[in-house]
Amino acid sequence: MTASALTTAPPRTAVRRPGISPRRAGWIRRAPLLPALIFLIIVTQLPFIATLVISFTRWNALDPRHRGWAGFANYKEVFTDQRLRESVLTTIILTVSVVLISLMIGLGIALLLNRSFFGRGIVRTLMIAPFLIVPVAAALLFKHGIYNPVYGLFNGALTGFWHTFGLGNNPPQPDILTVHPKIAVEAELIWQWTPFMMLILLAGLQSRDPEVMEAAHVDGAAPWQMFRYITLPHMRRYLELSALLGTIFIIANFDSVFTITSGGLGTANLPYTIYETFYASHDYGLASAQGVVVVVGSLIIATFALRVVSSLFTEEVGR
Amino acid sequence: MTHAVALPQRHRERNYKNAGLGLVAWLVGILFFLPVAWMVLTSFHSESNAGTNPPKIGAPLTVDGYRDFFGAGGGPSPWPSLFNSLGASVGSTLIVLALAVPAAYALAIKPVRKWTDVLFFFLSTKMLPPVAGLLPIYLFAKNTDFLDNVWLLVILYTSMNLPIAVWMMRSFLAEVPPAIMEAAAIDGAGLLNILRKIIVPIAMPGIAATSLICFIFSWNEMLFARVLTGVVAQTAPVYLTGFVTSQGLFLAKVCAAATIISLPVLIAGFAAQDKLVQGLSLGAVK
Repeated sequence: MTASALTTAPPRTAVRRPGISPRRAGWIRRAPLLPALIFLIIVTQLPFIATLVISFTRWNALDPRHRGWAGFANYKEVFTDQRLRESVLTTIILTVSVVLISLMIGLGIALLLNRSFFGRGIVRTLMIAPFLIVPVAAALLFKHGIYNPVYGLFNGALTGFWHTFGLGNNPPQPDILTVHPKIAVEAELIWQWTPFMMLILLAGLQSRDPEVMEAAHVDGAAPWQMFRYITLPHMRRYLELSALLGTIFIIANFDSVFTITSGGLGTANLPYTIYETFYASHDYGLASAQGVVVVVGSLIIATFALRVVSSLFTEEVGR
Repeated sequence: MTHAVALPQRHRERNYKNAGLGLVAWLVGILFFLPVAWMVLTSFHSESNAGTNPPKIGAPLTVDGYRDFFGAGGGPSPWPSLFNSLGASVGSTLIVLALAVPAAYALAIKPVRKWTDVLFFFLSTKMLPPVAGLLPIYLFAKNTDFLDNVWLLVILYTSMNLPIAVWMMRSFLAEVPPAIMEAAAIDGAGLLNILRKIIVPIAMPGIAATSLICFIFSWNEMLFARVLTGVVAQTAPVYLTGFVTSQGLFLAKVCAAATIISLPVLIAGFAAQDKLVQGLSLGAVK
């Protein structure tokens, strides 16, 4: 990994007191790190090992007598059960669409916010607000306050629009939650996650070298040329970073699916399905196998994410 | 001569373009803020004015929704769950700081060998979906009588936020000038004294931002809280999911509840606005 190449970067302050062996000095140096490290290993790594072990057992809490070794049976079920395959697909669709769309909107808004205009600080603050609504509260707000076909804001606004402009007494009143449940969940998540993308991308835009931009401008580069040849290459890593971090958070999303549709109407993603297998069906073995599958998927993305973080980090440490 | 005329015109065109793009930015900002504004406005409407089609924007304001939420209309009071959330969030944030500041010291100021590997190990734990570790944690809690106990959440939220805090604190501590610490070390100050008297005061803004971000993530958490708590240790988000079962009109009450529960996060988020990116990007972006 590129990270290990950096280990020698900061100069060590070699003020070693006499009488302390180098080995002991090393442990003194390590001591402040150990509580956090040990705590994290115990609380985050042990459960995953346990999950891995349980995933190979036949264990349904409602049927404790048949507990035993299952081999790969749970995994076979994960990949053959129609419902589970659908939830894998739903997870992928949900994650990819939310990440891509919020990334594109986020980039657009970051570009807008990167120029100076009247009230820029206020607009930035308004933009952050969606991210600062508790996810469950946001999901409830969208479910009842916006999507509800009878009194939600969306249909209410349509009615208001139709009345105001005299378009007749029959405004369209779609029942978004029933007809397009996936889009409903996705729209809510896009609304919450666009500010996240925007913040990271805006920070990226602001870290462009102003001298390079100035030089390109003086040399007569057109705005789109500057965007294509200076901004985009510079922004590549920030785009990657926000996409990957967004992916990691949205793959694990539970709150929105649970609150808006309770996993119904084909919106159950893997985290929701795992929750159900464990909480409603009490099939511990199967739930663990599903968990392992999600972990493996996340790890693949995490490898890329860590590489991007590492390259940004190298730049920072090297500076 | 033509040049002198052309320039101001181009300048004016650019001004129009800038003003136009500024306007677009304002419109987008307002569009994104609209659901929040709608939530707050509806929370101050009466139930009969809240659930109308088309919406009654100018309806008289009332605090009935809030009164209802806090138990005037019967039903369980939200206070215990709010206090549980507060306890779990503040408690875990304090433990996170107690663990993260020394760890960041060992990673930034007197780096241990392979310190970047350790740093990336911390980060990698954040990349695993929490739901995958849920079952063993549940079984552990069940067998040790830790179910429905706020302390269990404190421990889990600590592990959830520790990687973010270590990354953030490391980047803040890296800005402490080494010369000051060398001087203190030569004067014979111990580690605890150096931490307390030099590093903490300098890194205070960073510590504050880190705590606010940890607070937000703990306050928002729902999955663990839902599975691992019941009546006693229920947190605010869990309370929120449970109370929309009643029949009849409830939109104003839901909006009041959503507003109240989001308020601490909004305050913490706006207070930490400048450092928010750093926290959200796990310290990778400044």
